[in-house]
Amino acid sequence: MRLVAIGLAAGVFSAFFGVGGGILAVPLLILLAHLPERAAAATSLLAIAITATAGVVVFSLRGEVDVAYAALVGLPAAVGALAGTSLQQRVTTSTLTLGFAALLAGTGVWLLVS
Amino acid sequence: MASRLVSTTTVAIGISLGLAAGVMAGLFGVGGGILFVPVLVALGLGQLEAQGTSLLAILPTVAAGAWNQRRYGNLRVRTAVVVGLASIVGVELGARIVVELPENVLRRLFAVLLFAVAAQLLWRARRSTARYRNSP
Repeated sequence: MRLVAIGLAAGVFSAFFGVGGGILAVPLLILLAHLPERAAAATSLLAIAITATAGVVVFSLRGEVDVAYAALVGLPAAVGALAGTSLQQRVTTSTLTLGFAALLAGTGVWLLVS
Repeated sequence: MASRLVSTTTVAIGISLGLAAGVMAGLFGVGGGILFVPVLVALGLGQLEAQGTSLLAILPTVAAGAWNQRRYGNLRVRTAVVVGLASIVGVELGARIVVELPENVLRRLFAVLLFAVAAQLLWRARRSTARYRNSP
């Protein structure tokens, strides 16, 4: 039930701002579902894959997907994600939490000023 | 659709910022859309098209990240499926609420939510560090 609530919250957030719900899903998986930090981040990635697939279908039906541009940023990002997930295994959990809190606060500020 | 100037600069910006977004996505377990959307808008796409394109760019990013995390034994597949499917319903709900509420109210609400979650994470990290120090 908690997992459903986490998914709903992440989905609502991403519908509002057009960004993935990961930024909300990761801390909620840690705080509500009691997943360890690395497991929360890993699990969020797969959950995003499911949600984003549905999103891609909806947006392509409206003709709002540019495949060339998606490849331009998405393929280097896949390489980056391999590096990022490997890097994640080497940083301490507290550093990871601090970094994530900074990311949340930064996004919060961005929401207020933009 | 207006013709876009696909210059070397565009490609260089796309590749370098894509790479940076991917590292952030892998490190923190987010999709990277928070960087993709502004980058795609800066490269000349409209807001909606940038969002749709960003969703497609997210797919290889999270697929590579999830695959790598699975090798490290961090991936909880069932949890991810439940959260991911519920999230699709959330997107539907969100799309309905978004037309009812003024955007600046939404922004402020979510900003407060993110600050609260950040504080909660830090509080929890502080507590577990204290517990670790106190344990023999």
